[in-house]
Amino acid sequence: MHQQSTAHAQPSPATWVRVLILLTIATVLEVLTYVFESTLGVLTAPILIVFAAIKFVLVVAYYMHLKFDNRILTGIFTWGMLIALSIFAAMAAIYHIYGQPLLTP
Amino acid sequence: MSHAAGHTLPAGEHTVTGISHNRLMMWTFLASDCMFFGSLIWVYFAYRGRYFEGPYPHEVLDIPYTSVSAAVLLLSSFSIVMALTALEHADMRGFRGWLLGTILLGALFLGGQYYEFITFYHEGLTLTSNLFGTTFFVLTGFHGTHVFIGIVWLLVQWLLSFVGKLTPAHVERFFVTTLYWHFVDIVWIIIFMLVYLMPY
Repeated sequence: MHQQSTAHAQPSPATWVRVLILLTIATVLEVLTYVFESTLGVLTAPILIVFAAIKFVLVVAYYMHLKFDNRILTGIFTWGMLIALSIFAAMAAIYHIYGQPLLTP
Repeated sequence: MSHAAGHTLPAGEHTVTGISHNRLMMWTFLASDCMFFGSLIWVYFAYRGRYFEGPYPHEVLDIPYTSVSAAVLLLSSFSIVMALTALEHADMRGFRGWLLGTILLGALFLGGQYYEFITFYHEGLTLTSNLFGTTFFVLTGFHGTHVFIGIVWLLVQWLLSFVGKLTPAHVERFFVTTLYWHFVDIVWIIIFMLVYLMPY
């Protein structure tokens, strides 16, 4: 089969297993963070965000092959993520400035 | 055969970027879906902890149960990437096995979500009971819909493999499907952390 190719070295199934192990460890640590919430106090939220970010990056970079794929695709996906985060930031700013909308009936 | 999940184009396809049209389209769609879920997650977060009447999240959310569901979805991401590897190596038997495993894991997740919704309903949490119910069901419901579409898509590909319509020559087409499935997984990583684990 003819294919136009600029293929990089591709990961083997051993890599997929390693990523799965890391994902499992991160998930277990995430749940443990929730369990020890009262001990961790204000650190709970940042720790949870870090573990979720690690899992997110592992899946996107390895399982979705962005690490081995064309950089344009990374740019497209990052652009979508940035707009999503911008929505968060803009709404948070609006709520901070003008306060929460009235929720009472 | 070269790895279609790397920088390759299917036979006969030529593009300026060197990226297949399907792959470019899928990544663009996923980027737009980020904005879609970003908006839903924001709405959930905006009203988080501002519920005037129960049931409240801590009364209904079952963390051990949802942790297992999250693990099931992560495992399905692994099984689909193994299916892709099998297809690249022209191992059709392995491909069908791993793909069927992915479909079953997806169905297990969806069944678990259905059970969770029914349990919440019996505990008095509905789409209209309070703001928590509205934002929770809309967010997780849309995610569940994505999972359902993914399962149907994978099932079609699995069936096509038996009639010679999905062969090792179609790796790129299957790769695009795997992107969608992994995206469903990463969205759940965020939902699981923000909705279930984040302290109130």
